[in-house]
Amino acid sequence: MAERHIDELSGTETTGHEWDGLRELNTPLPRWWLWIFYVTIVWSILYWIAYPAWPMVSSYTKGMFAYSAREEGLKAFEAGKAARAEVGGALQNASLDQIQSTPALLEFAQGQGKASFGDNCAPCHGLGATGGPGYPNLNDDDWMWGGTLDDIYTTLQYGIRSGHDDARDSGITGMTAFGADGILETDQIASVVNYVRSLSGLETDSGLDLAAGQTLFIDNCSACHGEDGKGMLELGAPNLTDGIWLYGSSPAAMIETVTNGRKGVMPAWSGRLDDVTVKSLAVYVHNLGGGK
Amino acid sequence: MSNKHEIFEKNSILLLVAILVVVAIGGLVEIVPLYYLKGTIEKVDGVRPYSPLELMGRNIYVREGCYTCHSQMVRPFRDELERYGHYSLAAESMYDHPFQWGSKRTGPDLARLGGKYSDEWHRAHLKDPRAVVPESVMPGYPFLATTELSTKMIADHLKTNRMVGVPYTDEQIAAAAEDVMVQANPDKGDVDALLARYPKAVARDFDGNPEKVTEMDALIAYLQMLGTLVDFTIYDNKADFR
Repeated sequence: MAERHIDELSGTETTGHEWDGLRELNTPLPRWWLWIFYVTIVWSILYWIAYPAWPMVSSYTKGMFAYSAREEGLKAFEAGKAARAEVGGALQNASLDQIQSTPALLEFAQGQGKASFGDNCAPCHGLGATGGPGYPNLNDDDWMWGGTLDDIYTTLQYGIRSGHDDARDSGITGMTAFGADGILETDQIASVVNYVRSLSGLETDSGLDLAAGQTLFIDNCSACHGEDGKGMLELGAPNLTDGIWLYGSSPAAMIETVTNGRKGVMPAWSGRLDDVTVKSLAVYVHNLGGGK
Repeated sequence: MSNKHEIFEKNSILLLVAILVVVAIGGLVEIVPLYYLKGTIEKVDGVRPYSPLELMGRNIYVREGCYTCHSQMVRPFRDELERYGHYSLAAESMYDHPFQWGSKRTGPDLARLGGKYSDEWHRAHLKDPRAVVPESVMPGYPFLATTELSTKMIADHLKTNRMVGVPYTDEQIAAAAEDVMVQANPDKGDVDALLARYPKAVARDFDGNPEKVTEMDALIAYLQMLGTLVDFTIYDNKADFR
């Protein structure tokens, strides 16, 4: 213990350290500050008692409240679901047609469908569901796999060529690659494309024989697209006469389609989204304008 | 006034040692228990080491710095559970070196990305994100589709992972280069052998180009398996509340 020493100028005690005649003032922490510091120490001890804290040999101290962030998160999640169920709980048991015909249910399904669409469907189909090359526009009434509530619901649940056992075209055959598989020659493809263009009034090449193209179409394409080219919903074969082109209407895009085929994929949403959400999406998409 | 601390102030080496001891206590209490507590990594079925193609995709993911904008950790909060799905388990990233956790997200979390979009979407999106998501600020990675995947180092990557604890077998290491090709080109090899080594692996032509196996194949194979290994319909949440 060094001698107590009071600094003359300030009247404050010094620490007793001295460097070449220089001394350090001993200015204690303010009392209020010190007490808050002590309180935080006490607080931390209370915290250890109340919440999970110390690691032990085979586990850790769980605390009086046995708090679990995971449990709390799941609870909040379930509470959110329950809050929605108060209003829209009937969606769970209602059939799609009942939802469609009951204004209160419809309004709720539309709201939920819209929210879920933005997060899950918009990346491909666009926020306004207008689609893009390879991703169908959902506002029009052109449907490859059917536009009824049930059709849309099934497509949403299991997807298209998604790998799910119940998916549309679950065998993933897609459209045949007529060129790559050696079924049609390059000039035959040009001919059949020319004919297909004529079905929806697109500009045709006068140098190509439409009748020959038609024969090729009947022989190769009509099994799926029908002799009139209006498509078949059960096969997901699009209508070729309506002027709506998923992969573009340029001759080059159409030749690419016939040469290499198309195998558009839509993911399956059952499992990822709960059934009420999938139902809501079906209703939302159906009411975008093109539902049948 | 006690001057006992003089001993530290006048012996810098002693001070250094004392600092190390004090700081180490924090590490001992916070880090070491994670290695011996059995509950650190949940016991769940399904998590397996990455297949060689997925691992190469993961290496590309790290190389391109995807982690600077995308985390792979769904936190147990309502908003995240609603948007992304089940919260992430430690077990799901137990073979990750390094892990891809985080909470800083310029882009969305990718922990449950697998199966959410089609391969075709990923191709279009990686080449030019704005082609499918107009408001995206993500850069394009068009070179992935044209850069052929080099399998020269893959066996070494598996070995290196084994050194840090991933249980790759000798058989898996020996077949690594072949497995890369088979998973991206299922017509040209023994897919059953691949599936025996890596259950639930999906083999298909991810980049839509059967001519060659590209970096796009690897990255999409990786993205399409994220979060798909654990079946949460049979997972018991209560067992791992913490």
